[in-house]
Amino acid sequence: MSNVTVAELTATNLVIVAGKGGVGKTTVTAVLARAAADAGRRVLVVELDGKPTLKTLLPDVEVQHLSAAELLEEYLFEHGFKRIAKRLASTGVIDVIGTAAPGIDDLVVLGKIKQLERSGNWDLIVVDGPAAGHAITFLTSAPGLLDAVHAGPVHDQATDVQALLADRERCQVVLVTLPETTPVNELIELSFAIEERVGVRLAPIVVNQVDAAHDLPDPTEVDFGRARVQVDDAVAAAEFRRERVAAQQAELARLRESVPIEQLRLAARPTADITAADIAALAAELAP
Amino acid sequence: MTAARLDGVVADARVLVCCGSGGVGKTTTAAVIGIEAARRGRRVIVVTIDPARRLADALGLPDGLSGTPQRVEVDPGPDAGELWAMMLDTPAMFERVVRSHATDDEQAERIVANRFFQNIAGALSGTQEYMASEALHELHGDDRFDLVVVDTPPSRNALDFLEAPGVLSRFLDHTAFKLLMMPTRTSMKVLSIATQPILRAIGRVVGSDVLADAVAFFQAFTGMEVGFRERAEEVTALLHDDSTKFVLVSSPQRDTVVEAVWFAEQLREQGFDVSATVVNRLLPRFGDGTVADAASRADTARERGDHGLAALWANLAELRTVADAERAQLRPLVERVGERPVVEVPRLPSDVHDVAALELLGAHLFHESAPAG
Repeated sequence: MSNVTVAELTATNLVIVAGKGGVGKTTVTAVLARAAADAGRRVLVVELDGKPTLKTLLPDVEVQHLSAAELLEEYLFEHGFKRIAKRLASTGVIDVIGTAAPGIDDLVVLGKIKQLERSGNWDLIVVDGPAAGHAITFLTSAPGLLDAVHAGPVHDQATDVQALLADRERCQVVLVTLPETTPVNELIELSFAIEERVGVRLAPIVVNQVDAAHDLPDPTEVDFGRARVQVDDAVAAAEFRRERVAAQQAELARLRESVPIEQLRLAARPTADITAADIAALAAELAP
Repeated sequence: MTAARLDGVVADARVLVCCGSGGVGKTTTAAVIGIEAARRGRRVIVVTIDPARRLADALGLPDGLSGTPQRVEVDPGPDAGELWAMMLDTPAMFERVVRSHATDDEQAERIVANRFFQNIAGALSGTQEYMASEALHELHGDDRFDLVVVDTPPSRNALDFLEAPGVLSRFLDHTAFKLLMMPTRTSMKVLSIATQPILRAIGRVVGSDVLADAVAFFQAFTGMEVGFRERAEEVTALLHDDSTKFVLVSSPQRDTVVEAVWFAEQLREQGFDVSATVVNRLLPRFGDGTVADAASRADTARERGDHGLAALWANLAELRTVADAERAQLRPLVERVGERPVVEVPRLPSDVHDVAALELLGAHLFHESAPAG
């Protein structure tokens, strides 16, 4: 199916998982973390939206929540606002700062991630990427601020963050999509935008929820013997499945044609609720 | 499956808000509702937030959607109304609002040219939601339309759109605003940033010219916040009006259902009424038989060495397993919305991106004779 190994996806210290809403970034984050933890690596997962999902999916892996608002406050506290940091928050000055220098909230998050990466406490940090449509602004926050702010702590922070993102040995971005028309189109746009505007290493693309039923026979060529009841249901189910597999394969081929990056495919799980057991099963499938 | 459809919802609504978490097919649902309402004689404008390219193609707009209403051709029926569509262009919308409500051109120019304003318009979180509500205000007052269908932004929190009218006016009303304005309020002249310790400290972090832009913006904006607040109040009243209907969109995955249930509760608490719920991409249930039955047939076939047949029965068992799991996930949502219609839209073998697929969705949302499963 694919020669890409999970080791390639987790080869750097820092892996940022990105993609549009609903494609399964959190699932992919959990699978990569699970696979690396099972291989004996010390793994930290960073999540940015405060949902408890990752903790449930990875009961034995450390998960840290980073909130831009809290980090910005902490940042100001450490940079000469000690006495007035609380007042700054309550008067809304932090909102004004965030607006005056767009990207500063993303930068403090990336700055914190950089600090975690430097600490040497973990072999791998996986970041469950920013919210839908936000990947480009998140990844370009450092160069943007370098243009706007020419000296001082923000400038230094942006310089360090940019150095980390641009270091192909330390950092890569994993793009996630589904094998469907609209998500594939969005991934193509996103990957071009990243190539053009962000100097970051792109890992193999992860295609989530791929239907792996390739060898389902054509129901019109199968002898149902004496069975009568439910034969129509089985035929309709097989036709539906075969049509879906074909449609997905066409999308995967189109993706490969448009974006010359290797693809790693995660099989769809037969469930409406991904659990820790599903994550473990998906990670085991990827294990060498 | 209930026979409930969205017919009642499009008959008399003046505003229809499609809400739900990201990636559940909100934009497509809004478009399908718009098409059908136009066929039934309404003059509809659909405001989409981030339309996939193919949706514009499917609507017959090869150049894509723009920030101003564009007429879309629908099948001319005997009672056909009109369908219009526009995409929310947040910075352009903000600029239009400033230009139409500034006291004079000079004030508008000063605001629009300010870098801090451009940052608010382009990047301030919540601005998109706020401009969606300004767009709703503008379109509701436009005589060309008698129904506005709004597709809400894909924010993490679906309530953001409803709260947006208050957020920006609060921002402009902030203590920070007063703090930055203090120089002009107290002495009617701009004091140097250097004389204010807090401003000086902020300047050290973000750069003093960046801060100067912020101060200049708040000065230029003086007086306009009143109008912003008034319109925000009007939108809030409009959202609470009986002629405004909410359609909650979900998918049968656990996390989106949890979010939809939570959202339905929040809406109810705030006095809004969910008129209908649409569940997109529900896996069809193939027949009434059980999973166990299909699985045991698969076992029997396998024991006989008939692997092709075994695969077909196993496939039926697997699809039924997922279909049943999806329906089980939906139960709390169905209970929550009570007697209101829950419209189930089956997952198609491939996703929706052309006219035929929009037609098929329309059939499920509106017509009793919709093709089964």
